[in-house]
Amino acid sequence: MKFINYLEKIGGVDILGLTSFGIFFIFFIVMLTWVFKTDKRKIEEISRIPLDNPEQ
Amino acid sequence: MQVEKFCYDNKIVKAFGYATVIFAVVGMLAGLWAAIQIYAPATSLNLAPTTFGRIRPLHTNAIIFAFVGNCIFTGVYYSLQRLCKARMFSDKLSWIHFWGWQLIIAAAAVTLLMGYTSGKEYAELEWPIDIAITLIWVVFGINMFGTILQRREKHLYVAIWFYIATWVTVAMLHIVNSFEIPVSFMKSYSWYAGVQDALVQWWYGHNAVAFFLTTPILGLMYYFLPKAANRPVYSYRLSIIHFWALIFIYIWAGPHHLLYTALPDWAQSLGTVFSLMLIFPSWGGMLNGLFTLRGAWDKVREDPVLKFMVVAITCYGMATLEGPLLSLKNISAIAHYSDWIIAHVHIGGLGWNGFMAFAMLYYLVPKMWDTQLYSKKLATNHFWLGTIGIILYAVPLYWAGFTQTLMWKTFTPEGQLKFQFLESVTNIIPMYITRSVGGGLYLAGALLMCYNLAKTIAAGKFIANEAAEAAPLPKNIKHGKEHWHRWIERRPLTLLVVSLIVVVIGGVVEMIPAFLVKSNIPTITSVKPYTPLELQGRDIYVREGCYTCHSQMIRPFRDEVARYGEYSKAGEFVYDHPFQWGSKRTGPDLARIGGKYPDSWHYNHMDDPTSMSPGSVMPAYPWLLDDALDTASTPAKIRVMQKLGVPYPAGFDKTANQDLTAQAEAIAARLKKDKIETPANKEIVALIAYLQRVGTDIKLEQQAAAGKTTMQ
Repeated sequence: MKFINYLEKIGGVDILGLTSFGIFFIFFIVMLTWVFKTDKRKIEEISRIPLDNPEQ
Repeated sequence: MQVEKFCYDNKIVKAFGYATVIFAVVGMLAGLWAAIQIYAPATSLNLAPTTFGRIRPLHTNAIIFAFVGNCIFTGVYYSLQRLCKARMFSDKLSWIHFWGWQLIIAAAAVTLLMGYTSGKEYAELEWPIDIAITLIWVVFGINMFGTILQRREKHLYVAIWFYIATWVTVAMLHIVNSFEIPVSFMKSYSWYAGVQDALVQWWYGHNAVAFFLTTPILGLMYYFLPKAANRPVYSYRLSIIHFWALIFIYIWAGPHHLLYTALPDWAQSLGTVFSLMLIFPSWGGMLNGLFTLRGAWDKVREDPVLKFMVVAITCYGMATLEGPLLSLKNISAIAHYSDWIIAHVHIGGLGWNGFMAFAMLYYLVPKMWDTQLYSKKLATNHFWLGTIGIILYAVPLYWAGFTQTLMWKTFTPEGQLKFQFLESVTNIIPMYITRSVGGGLYLAGALLMCYNLAKTIAAGKFIANEAAEAAPLPKNIKHGKEHWHRWIERRPLTLLVVSLIVVVIGGVVEMIPAFLVKSNIPTITSVKPYTPLELQGRDIYVREGCYTCHSQMIRPFRDEVARYGEYSKAGEFVYDHPFQWGSKRTGPDLARIGGKYPDSWHYNHMDDPTSMSPGSVMPAYPWLLDDALDTASTPAKIRVMQKLGVPYPAGFDKTANQDLTAQAEAIAARLKKDKIETPANKEIVALIAYLQRVGTDIKLEQQAAAGKTTMQ
């Protein structure tokens, strides 16, 4: 039940920082690539979804 | 293709809408009462349920979970149906969700006032209510995903992503932060202790702001702003970047609530870096909202809905610029524990959340009752009352924050602290009064809205089931060569999983080292578990909400060390389930209160604080002197603590009450020497025992070290 300090030390704790930075970097590159390469008309179509209501 | 006829369920939207309005008023009244208590402590009525320490959690919980919570559900139930071109998945689940949530709120209100609290800010509710929240949240999730899966619109509009991310992240935060071991019905101890508890709590607290007060409201913004302005959002591309960047970065920033505390340094830096990065997605979102109105500012002049939205989005921008700045260590050093933070959160709460909720209500009610708003003029008056209210609320508190900090940190040329703590309180009382006037105006505006909406409703005819028609989605969609993101956005469950992965990463990176690497929390050998009496006293401290005004965390600054004593170390809190570091100093820090005053001082101070410190704004706690301590709970408490790893000797639960009585009698005897006659079994005795213990363990180590040096 104790949730305190199972390990005295994590071997190579640096890898944690490096991995997280890697994930972060790749994540944003992929997202930005997509955002700027995607089809403009498609985006426009989606952005009008809230307005395509009969009540308007 | 055959067009299907169906209807939107407006009845559930109406129910949540009513709840939003009711709890807006209730939550604001509680806030106003708490604000008045700060400068007029007698308004606590000297009753346990109505003291600041219980009203303040009631206010925060009512505003966050009752007012904003119901506002979110109102908006989600309205917009999700329309964005999916489908009725809610199950009317039954909708109503279970509605009544379940209102029951949770009622239970929260009653239990918080009765003093049942876990002692963790914004997560004060005790374990049975935590479980109920989890269950109702799951009901909401099933209903939401059921609707999304039944949709007749191919694409998931960005608002729905925000709803999905909200759902999954709030579920994760709530579950992780609520790990607690029940002692009895309505009493539990946090699974985590000290530094780890603080880290988890502020990971939760920060992200409750992010994923309960921000992302769902952004979803509402992306739906209701285009609706009200009758034009698509400025840049849909930007909204995608806004979404992913926001949910990815937000989750890391929690430790900025703990700068200069005993939290390991690397975790503090991580929080700062990610907080700064947060400016970009936040401002991207704000600009996206404001630019949507480009060329339509004439409408803003006419339409109260847009007026409220413009100020709401501007406040979002201000609060999200201020937030990252506050997470710089040098600014945090000035702002933390002061009223600056209260001003900051109210720019978000009153400006962003409140005004978005009002805008949405002003938009929805005429639509659902098929009529016009009763009075645009009243709505405009509400807008101005609210706006002036926000300014009158925030500006004095910013001023108060600076004043407090300057007074706390000023030294005389001789190197002494220039001001007593109490002087920093009495000096800003005019600010506190002005703040409550601002809050009062804001509340008056909300009451105008109630009247306006009631009149509108009376004039209109409610459309319980709004007819709509749309073609169903073709069964087999050819994927072929299409972009991955459109692939994701067609698959809500994939979106759910990816969102979860994105938010889990930040949490994992923050927490794993703090939990697993022992060197992050250096052991101090002289730190020992609380005695049974101290443990009971600590539970009274938690029950009365002392942490709402007193911190227990001395930062390593010259003035704090001079004022309070040795700065706090991570190892001092290893038996603190839950941690009680606090986040605000309306009163002085208590981390080294132990041994500072005699027992009789505490006794008199609790009975009437002004008798010991004239001018004090602390409420009186006379019932502690009369009520007998519940010692029947001691064995169970000891056993739970043992389960949590607190090293009481085996079988100690059976003898703990003997130990407790002996210590209580010793304190009663000391009080008697100071001419205070009290039976040893009163709650005050336990509280004194706890207060006299706080922060003293480390002194034992110093004494031992000093002893060693002399012997050599």
